[in-house]
Amino acid sequence: MKIEYHIEGGNFSAAGSASSEIKKILKQFNISPFLLRRIAVALYESEMNVVAHAYRGIMRVEIQPSGIRVVVEDEGPGIEDIEKAMEEGFSTATEEVRQMGFGAGMGLPNIKKNSDEMRLVSSPGEGTRLAFSVNF
Amino acid sequence: MSKRHFVNFLSHVKMNVDRVNEIVNGKVLFVSDPFLLYTSAFASDLMSDVLRYYMENTLLITGLCTLQAVRTAEISNISCIIFARGKRVSNDMLQLAKEYNIAIIESGLTMFEISGRLYQNGLKPIVD
Repeated sequence: MKIEYHIEGGNFSAAGSASSEIKKILKQFNISPFLLRRIAVALYESEMNVVAHAYRGIMRVEIQPSGIRVVVEDEGPGIEDIEKAMEEGFSTATEEVRQMGFGAGMGLPNIKKNSDEMRLVSSPGEGTRLAFSVNF
Repeated sequence: MSKRHFVNFLSHVKMNVDRVNEIVNGKVLFVSDPFLLYTSAFASDLMSDVLRYYMENTLLITGLCTLQAVRTAEISNISCIIFARGKRVSNDMLQLAKEYNIAIIESGLTMFEISGRLYQNGLKPIVD
């Protein structure tokens, strides 16, 4: 099963709706609440990253019997130093993002913690590609 | 009751939304399941921290009165939010809470006092 969502940068009122939809779909499968939560958190943090930092993005989700594979590609400023971005507490988020309760430099570490495999590549000035998977 | 029995009694405390509301001197704006029982609570204004912990039967206490607080709760399997410091929940937030079946309580108390009262009444913290 493949699902695709468009994410709009800067649209904070819609932020999280794609992740919520996917969570709803996953609930129909026989997945443990623990696993469901891990997936939902990773999806939500990656969606927030696009809303908070990029102009627009696409989230592609593939659900297979063995697990879920997610690719989030965005057009945006990209990440200068990926190693630094992966550090807990490092953030380049705006004041607006912080007022929404995010932007404390926990997003990427949260995605890593909740996924079985994560890959992040970025071209500064162009965009970022994040791929992660969670095994069932 | 001996101290040991009392501690044992506290570790099994479960309470529904009405009881929680009574303790935090709040106002219930929406309740989806009045019989749902809570055993622990988590207080934070930082949503990424809410997402860091695994929570079941847990209440969220927050002063962050935005749509994101409701969405974060939904993602985290949290089914009750107490908005502290007299924050007023918007119609959009209430609609979303109804859609997700998340109970909403407004309280004029600070996060510190809400946490203190619920802890005193036996709710447990989240353990990583």
